Amino acid sequence: MEYVIEMLNIRKEFPGIVANNNITLQVKKGEIHALLGENGAGKSTLMNVLFGLYQPEKGEIRARGEVVNISNPNIANDLGIGMVHQHFMLIDTFTVTENIILGKETVSKGKIDLKRAEKEVREISERYGLAVDPKAKVADISVGMQQRVEILKTLYRGAEILIFDEPTAVLTPQEITELIGIFRKLIQEGKSIILITHKLKEIMEVCDRVTVIRKGEGIGTYNVKDTNPNELANLMVGREVSFKTEKKAPNPKETVLNITDLTVKDSRGVHVVNSLNLDVKAGEIVGIAGVDGNGQSELIEAITGLMKKNSGSITLNGKEISVLTPRKITESGIGHIPQDRHKHGLVLDFSIGQNMALQTYYKRPFSNYGFLNQTEIEKKASELIEEFDVRTPSIHTPARALSGGNQQKAIIGREVDRDPDLLIAAQPTRGLDVGAIEFIHKRLIEQRDKGKAVLLISFELEEILNVSDRIAVIFDGEIIATVDPKTTTEQELGLLMAGSNAKKVGVENNV
Amino acid sequence: MSNTIKKISIPIISVLLGVIVGTIIMFATGYNPGDAYTALWNGAFGEIYFTGEVVRQITPLILAGLAVAFAFRTGLFNIGVEGQLIVGWLAAVWVGIAFDLPKIIHLPLAVLAAAAAGALWAFVPGFLKARFRVHEVIVSIMMNYIALHVSNYLIRNVLTDKADRTETIPPSASLRSEFLASITDYSRLHWGILIAVGCAILMWVILEKTVKGYELKAVGFNQKASQYAGMNVNRNIILSMVISGAFAGLAGAMEGLGTFEYVSNKGGFTGVGFDGIAVALLGANGPLGIVLAACLFGFLKVGALNMPLEAGVPNEMVDIIIALIVFFVASSYMIRLFLDRLSKNKSKKGEK
Repeated sequence: MEYVIEMLNIRKEFPGIVANNNITLQVKKGEIHALLGENGAGKSTLMNVLFGLYQPEKGEIRARGEVVNISNPNIANDLGIGMVHQHFMLIDTFTVTENIILGKETVSKGKIDLKRAEKEVREISERYGLAVDPKAKVADISVGMQQRVEILKTLYRGAEILIFDEPTAVLTPQEITELIGIFRKLIQEGKSIILITHKLKEIMEVCDRVTVIRKGEGIGTYNVKDTNPNELANLMVGREVSFKTEKKAPNPKETVLNITDLTVKDSRGVHVVNSLNLDVKAGEIVGIAGVDGNGQSELIEAITGLMKKNSGSITLNGKEISVLTPRKITESGIGHIPQDRHKHGLVLDFSIGQNMALQTYYKRPFSNYGFLNQTEIEKKASELIEEFDVRTPSIHTPARALSGGNQQKAIIGREVDRDPDLLIAAQPTRGLDVGAIEFIHKRLIEQRDKGKAVLLISFELEEILNVSDRIAVIFDGEIIATVDPKTTTEQELGLLMAGSNAKKVGVENNV
Repeated sequence: MSNTIKKISIPIISVLLGVIVGTIIMFATGYNPGDAYTALWNGAFGEIYFTGEVVRQITPLILAGLAVAFAFRTGLFNIGVEGQLIVGWLAAVWVGIAFDLPKIIHLPLAVLAAAAAGALWAFVPGFLKARFRVHEVIVSIMMNYIALHVSNYLIRNVLTDKADRTETIPPSASLRSEFLASITDYSRLHWGILIAVGCAILMWVILEKTVKGYELKAVGFNQKASQYAGMNVNRNIILSMVISGAFAGLAGAMEGLGTFEYVSNKGGFTGVGFDGIAVALLGANGPLGIVLAACLFGFLKVGALNMPLEAGVPNEMVDIIIALIVFFVASSYMIRLFLDRLSKNKSKKGEK
């Protein structure tokens, strides 16, 4: 008997979709097993099945050779399965120990025995080299430390199999190195690890075996020693040829957006954008490819003035804009389709008509002497709704009531209509159906053909490859390469996005 | 059932439920509800004098309700209306007794002084919220106490020589009118009701018709999207509090220049500012709703004074009914659920 946990031929359906089909995952004792797949491939669903949150329609789960029925998370806990979530489940105002014992308190005479708990936590922490102070308040410790508290929490509950969900997404490079050390220590102590990730570099560095899933299908399990990043990228994406959106050859002209040595720090003081350089010319679409969390959001927020830069310059048509307010930046000729349409793009409680005026309400003819001109606002809104095929019962319908695709078309209409020199489209097709995606891609290309500059940010490789005229790969807040979508391959892009060292291979440096 | 009808029916059902539960309480405590409600009605409409007093009571309630609602519509909870009202009252009377001017200048000056004082008092929590993210509820509650004690100090030590109240303001600063008094059997009814209704219209115009109102509402609904659209979120937060405070200050002027014509030492809060929260809630934060809710509360509060005299029912009973109404509005989720069930059943029957 060599497997600690086995998931055999698992199938999980949701109304309308098959999230997991025929997936087999077998984890050996003492190994680090990677679960690799694109966003939405079904990794989380599979782990939720293992954790007892979902019941599979088909397939069986075995623990140490015996068939088990994991009908709720408590059973998973009893079987020694522990999960370290990507978003930590910690109470900021509690100490490390208080967080760890929460729900499993050591009680003596009706009181919590904190002393004993602290001692136990310290012992476990030392045994695995976690170096966590049991008395520290969670609010005061770094994100890396908080993750270790999550690890401690599972160990305290007797976990033998630890599942890590994208553990490096929130860590700094140094913290990642330390985490890998912790992985090794856990393995030495006889634990097994399932690592959910889409970063190839991490798999090559720490994992023993890897199971690949693609669009809900189990593709297979491979020994990391016998495979290579190229093969893995291929298996993960699984397409040799991709459907191309029809477009004419680009005709790039003068530079519209120029970013030089841009550095942005987030609230924790981490460099999220790192001496970044980028040009976008009139009449071209530049796609930014990269894994989520490599500085894309901060880059857009810095360009649009929503976030302060630390150093460097951003010019639009030769004019420095990084010192301006968001409104002045918008007025100097930027249209912005924001990444999160609910958070930034729309005031959901306003009517769709009012939302159409969100960037222009203060200007003539939409207002005069401080008073809104409803007639003009409604006229414009009706025009845009017609032109951009926004399906809504009326312009007075609250934006909240519209479907995601129609909300997105409304935003695109509003931004494109102002005829900006630079259009920033961040994840413009997230969560939309095929028809809406095609419509939006066509509009982006139309802007380009009109001689405007378009900056496209997307986590979907297919979208980047189909729409862009030039692809800039972002990793760790830096543009590490610029490639031509006609000559590059998804494998090459996948490697670059994972920060692979082979970054100079096949790369044009004519930025 | 359409949304508009549902929106209107929630406060109406709440009022009915409040009255019904109030009736049950009266039965349970051995009072005759019939007599009590008759006394309540007579206390408000039995004589023209009482009716004048009802309208007088409605005036500051409208303004306090507008103050709470304006802040609320823009995403802020101004619980400091009471304090802003107190400083507005003080400022109005101060200007009233300090100057000797023709009425056409003196009265508007005193009214504006009240608005300015209320605005200034609300500026503090607004600024602290915008600049340091200090919660406006905490600051404005504290500002209530500061307003109460500072105004008491000023009345005793600056405006008077250790007296409990100031002298009466001269007619040139008063909102009272011989005409209104004479048609209501010499009640304290004054011209302030026009100011209050005017302010309700003003609030509607600001929120629905102006560029600023569009911004204020956008910031109230979604700060991130407002920032994205280039609005200055912090400035809008402060402006919202200032406008709200100005309404509250005017509510104080109604008392200082209309009802009482002086300002006295207060042992505690007037309660009008807090009633404004209930008025705004019952009026669903809309100008028309607020005017109607203020009318109801004004009627209940004035009419209640007649209940012990005519029916032997303590007038606190009305406070209980008001509290019940507020309770039912605040828990409108239950009523909405009930209405949803009702309309679902109806549509099912329609299908058959």
